[in-house]
Amino acid sequence: MNNRRRRGIRIRPYTFTGGRTRSRHPLMLQTLVSVADPGTAPPKNLLPESEQIHRLCREARSVAEISAELKIPVGVTQVLISDLADQELIYIHPTITGHSPSENQVLERALRGLERLFQ
Amino acid sequence: MASNVSSNDKSSMVSTKIVIAGGFGAGKTTLVGSVSEIPPVTTEAMMTEASEAHDDTSSTPTKITTTVAMDFGRITLDEKLIMYMFGTPGQARFWFMWDDIVRGAVGAVVVVDVRRLADSFAAVDYFENNPQVPYIVALNRFDGELGHTVDEIREALEIRPGIPIIDFDARDRRSAGSALTTLLEYALSHPTKEPALAG
Repeated sequence: MNNRRRRGIRIRPYTFTGGRTRSRHPLMLQTLVSVADPGTAPPKNLLPESEQIHRLCREARSVAEISAELKIPVGVTQVLISDLADQELIYIHPTITGHSPSENQVLERALRGLERLFQ
Repeated sequence: MASNVSSNDKSSMVSTKIVIAGGFGAGKTTLVGSVSEIPPVTTEAMMTEASEAHDDTSSTPTKITTTVAMDFGRITLDEKLIMYMFGTPGQARFWFMWDDIVRGAVGAVVVVDVRRLADSFAAVDYFENNPQVPYIVALNRFDGELGHTVDEIREALEIRPGIPIIDFDARDRRSAGSALTTLLEYALSHPTKEPALAG
């Protein structure tokens, strides 16, 4: 367990993820994630990287922001988030893609927001 | 056991994304910087590229992992809706990354430097061949003059009829914002029927 602390930074990124390069959840660059229960500290058995993600996600953050903030490649970030979601530690927010007519209301809200900001 | 029914309203936050595409130096990052509420972030994206072995035509394609810098910005549109803007890498050799950046996008703005139209071919071509992603073309007015008519540009870049072409100044906040507004209006009036690409 203490070995983790001594791990060098040159370790290959996918070692964190057990070699997996795909997440099981639909995580796009813009997908927001936040901790399931903001009042709780991260469990002690998490990888340091997962713990950092857990701390960062007290506020909703996108996959891209988490990757940039923690300097973890996007693909690795996706796998770590997916694992945290499997453990029900974090919540994956819906991502609006505009591919379904049911999302039109949100797109209209987006348009109104843009008009408010830039007109 | 954590419940997935969260009572706080934070869980009702959703996000969306638009893509800012265009040739190298066309003004993509300038556009993002003009409208983003955070300084544009450059992050390393590690993507897997299916590449063909160029020295052995009989071999199966191999996968290599490549690291590419990617830009993005953010706009909070209301208390529960955040829009991200992602710039595509300008260099054609990062072409393979576009699918990852475009996946799930509401639409795209192709920024064109009219002094270097040829640099925009690749981006226009990509979206002409991906009709499930609504896009508009935004001509970046660097020196105040376009020098071409919109019709000439549509013809030169082979932009299909109906795709909005606007001119704007990427450095100007309102002007850059109007490009995003035009895209959203267009996306809303041209709903796509394709389902989202699977994970």
